[in-house]
Amino acid sequence: MAHFEAGLYYSESHEYVRVDGEYGYIGISDYAQHALGNVVYVDMPEVDDEVTAGEEFGAVESVKAASDLIAPVSGTVVEVNEALEDEPELLNKDAFANWIIKVQLSDSSELDSLMDVEAYKAHCE
Amino acid sequence: MEEKKTCLYDKHVALGALMSPFGGFIMPIQYSTIIDEHNAVRQHCGVFDVSHMGEVRITGPDAERYVQHIFTNDVANAPIGQIYYGMMLYADGGTVDDLLVYKMGENDFFLVINAANISKDVEWMQQQMQGFDIRFDHQSDYYGQLAVQGPEAEAVVEEVLGLQCKELKFYTAAPLQLPTWGESSKPNHLPLGGGREGAIISRTGYTGEDGFEIYGSHDFIRATWDKLIESGRCKPCGLGCRDTLRFEVGLPLYGDELSADISPVMAGLSMFCKLDKEEFIGKEALVEQKANGVPRKLVGIELSDKAIPRHGYAVLTPTGDVIGEVTTGYHCISVDKSVCMALIKTEYAKLGTELLVQIRKKTFPGVVVKKKFYDKHYKK
Repeated sequence: MAHFEAGLYYSESHEYVRVDGEYGYIGISDYAQHALGNVVYVDMPEVDDEVTAGEEFGAVESVKAASDLIAPVSGTVVEVNEALEDEPELLNKDAFANWIIKVQLSDSSELDSLMDVEAYKAHCE
Repeated sequence: MEEKKTCLYDKHVALGALMSPFGGFIMPIQYSTIIDEHNAVRQHCGVFDVSHMGEVRITGPDAERYVQHIFTNDVANAPIGQIYYGMMLYADGGTVDDLLVYKMGENDFFLVINAANISKDVEWMQQQMQGFDIRFDHQSDYYGQLAVQGPEAEAVVEEVLGLQCKELKFYTAAPLQLPTWGESSKPNHLPLGGGREGAIISRTGYTGEDGFEIYGSHDFIRATWDKLIESGRCKPCGLGCRDTLRFEVGLPLYGDELSADISPVMAGLSMFCKLDKEEFIGKEALVEQKANGVPRKLVGIELSDKAIPRHGYAVLTPTGDVIGEVTTGYHCISVDKSVCMALIKTEYAKLGTELLVQIRKKTFPGVVVKKKFYDKHYKK
């Protein structure tokens, strides 16, 4: 069964943000990787790309289908998780340990419109 | 639309399958993961519920002549038990459906059609009956169907089910001697009359591996499924891996690689259309297509990147002109490559042609290859 990690911000489209000072690590929740099944490809932006809250910034492909990644917050990409290029299945192994992109947050007030773990749990039920 | 349930629906739910609509049915997509189930079929043995498939029995004095009229392959002088793959076509060469035809006796044929096409096919077939003295029995509601597939399928069917199948040759069928399981106080009835008769086993499948398909009443199929699952020698497999398995060995799926707009000639399936046959519906159109060529052809494309081409994505020339679209694409499980089948303009269909596939916002280079990405392992 899916597990939920406290202390993160969650979006309705199942991305999370782990905030670390002025940076945010964005990934998909464990619930999302369960629903997707075997992840076989992660389409990621490049360093210095801008991502905008509510807009698509890449995709996660399972065997069966592609799912857009929607940015939960806006910012500038400062790092992408290159390990996912060779081992996309890391998302299935541990979705919370394997973030997808690290962004420099441009507007931390956007976090207020995201869910905490309790609200997200309820959203997934 | 309310989806139908197969006779095994409750068993899929109990096994924790992810259920999803397909072809008018609510079907298991996966029980564990698609990759797990895919590899089980390639390496050992898997069992699929394919009870959604449709069945029609054609009997009567003109049965063979009728089958020859609606079917592209040639069943003349076939031995009893022989199975043929082929298509039913519209007069313009477009495909009504692709199907298997089992010759069960003289003037006795068993037709297996795609779930999504059942009502369309039955209506179309019945429209072609005039002038033929045949009996047409639509038996989709009677029959359940299992596919036992993989290199260990023969041993599983022999040892777990106790059914003799070693002698059954590839693409042949035999009526099943009634086994002792699957008894029920309320059998569903075969439209031809009688209770549980009519069970059939054939050495066929849709995975590129050796294997068997078993047709029978709902009670029989439920009991057979239980024996297979309880044996632990056969992994339950969903439609997710059925698609990745058939795709890798280049088998077409109606709706992707065949349709009312895609003829067997475009799809590269001419070998199943016997143009030397006296007649069949659509023959003239195919003769014309073979003589003058077709505007589009189905090809395989291999990408150098890991991005995955999906159904409907555009295929372009290196200079950016759209020349067709992807019909099915995957990151191939057995060979670890991103590949697709695509219907593209014929002038670009030569092996080795370089082109681009549009995947979301980017284009990725690819090259035309044979549309068989993994070799079949049939036991012939």
